[in-house]
Amino acid sequence: MAEVALTNARLIIIGGSSGSLEALLQMLPLLKTSFPLPVVLVLHRGTLADNSLTELLASRTTLQVKEADDKDLLEPGCIYIAPPDYHVLLEQDGSLSLDVSEKINFSRPSIDVSFISAAEVYGDGLIAVLLSGANADGALGMLMVAQKGGFVLVQDPATAAVAYMPEKAIQQSPVDRVLEPIAIAALLNKVRKRNR
Amino acid sequence: MLGYDDTELLIEKINQWYGYDFSGYARASLRRRIEGFFLKNKFSSYSSMELSLAQDPACFTRFVEEITVNVTEMFRDPGFYRALREKILPVLATYPFIRIWHAGCSTGEEVYSMAILLSEASLLHKSILYATDVNQAVLEKARTGIFAGASMQQYSENYMLSGGQKDFSSYYTANYNSAKFAPWLGERIIFSSHNLVADSSFNEFQLILCRNVLIYFDKQLQVKVLQLFDKSLDSLGFLALGSKESIRFSGIADRYRQVDPKEKIWRKSR
Repeated sequence: MAEVALTNARLIIIGGSSGSLEALLQMLPLLKTSFPLPVVLVLHRGTLADNSLTELLASRTTLQVKEADDKDLLEPGCIYIAPPDYHVLLEQDGSLSLDVSEKINFSRPSIDVSFISAAEVYGDGLIAVLLSGANADGALGMLMVAQKGGFVLVQDPATAAVAYMPEKAIQQSPVDRVLEPIAIAALLNKVRKRNR
Repeated sequence: MLGYDDTELLIEKINQWYGYDFSGYARASLRRRIEGFFLKNKFSSYSSMELSLAQDPACFTRFVEEITVNVTEMFRDPGFYRALREKILPVLATYPFIRIWHAGCSTGEEVYSMAILLSEASLLHKSILYATDVNQAVLEKARTGIFAGASMQQYSENYMLSGGQKDFSSYYTANYNSAKFAPWLGERIIFSSHNLVADSSFNEFQLILCRNVLIYFDKQLQVKVLQLFDKSLDSLGFLALGSKESIRFSGIADRYRQVDPKEKIWRKSR
């Protein structure tokens, strides 16, 4: 499996839909202050612009939290939230691009779109986490992450407010770990950054 | 997906064959769109796709149409349109004549939204809206003023959130699955072809709108296009971008002041 990504990591990407906020609110306070990697967060959310999600998450972590702007250069220890009504794509130069093309799985942002894009760029330097949700978005993305050598981490459906999304991913993709939110955070804290 | 090196080669060849330069397009989106084109057209291999592109100009036309993103809606980001109504139109109203450029107008939904705003401010009669896009097919569609009927409920909600007070359905005639907007709304709109990558400035404007187009370009091309807008704006003109786009790092930022703390609208100061 893709254990290599745990000591070779360059990016963490997390996807979720209904119920994922509860999991994140458990996980984020546990992430260590000196977190060595950028984190991209793709959550299904309403289309209207509003800062409450960013503010809520920022209140639970010592890491910096921001809604992604186009061409942001990803910095370690910063959490980038996909803005409402945009897909997030990853570029080879370590920046991100936004995109308003068609919804995928009825979703924009789509988890599949971001995970597939991240897998293309980061390969075995990617750790992908899929949380609670009521939509199959993310399952194909997890498969692509696994195929490119990335590490695939899924919230234990038994601990998810809505089990459908993690269950779909477990059915459709090889999975490295199935864990409850607190254990996901503990594992992310052990991840080591690639030395270049 | 087409590999990174092969993508660069294809970009070079397309430029040689058709003089069409995709080198400033952000790669993540471009490669995803090329993959979409490849799958949709059921090519047996990337080399057969390349052969078709080389030999068949109609295939290349389809390529341009499918590579460029044409998703748009009326009154997208209602707060933005509210800011236009409340902060920008009162300034434009003081001018004898108003020239507006919608760069990358796609199928025209935002241009029609603007025409509605101008009409409600009694400014449409002294305005001209230049709406341009690189994609001929979307311009053809935009000229019809016909949009999907299924979207009207969403657009009507957006319209009201933007401060619209009329009955939104009074602007169009519903017909089966489509809504045809009143011809008088389109009378001040000129749709024409313009390529932001290659074409130059063609007029001076009081307001330029280019929302969610720059996101498909890399930083270098973004700077080039922003400089084109700078050159095309009157000395006190307004520039409006998408909600996650910016003029920072463009070299023009020091001449512009953001008009609204939330919305991406700047005014040129000199």
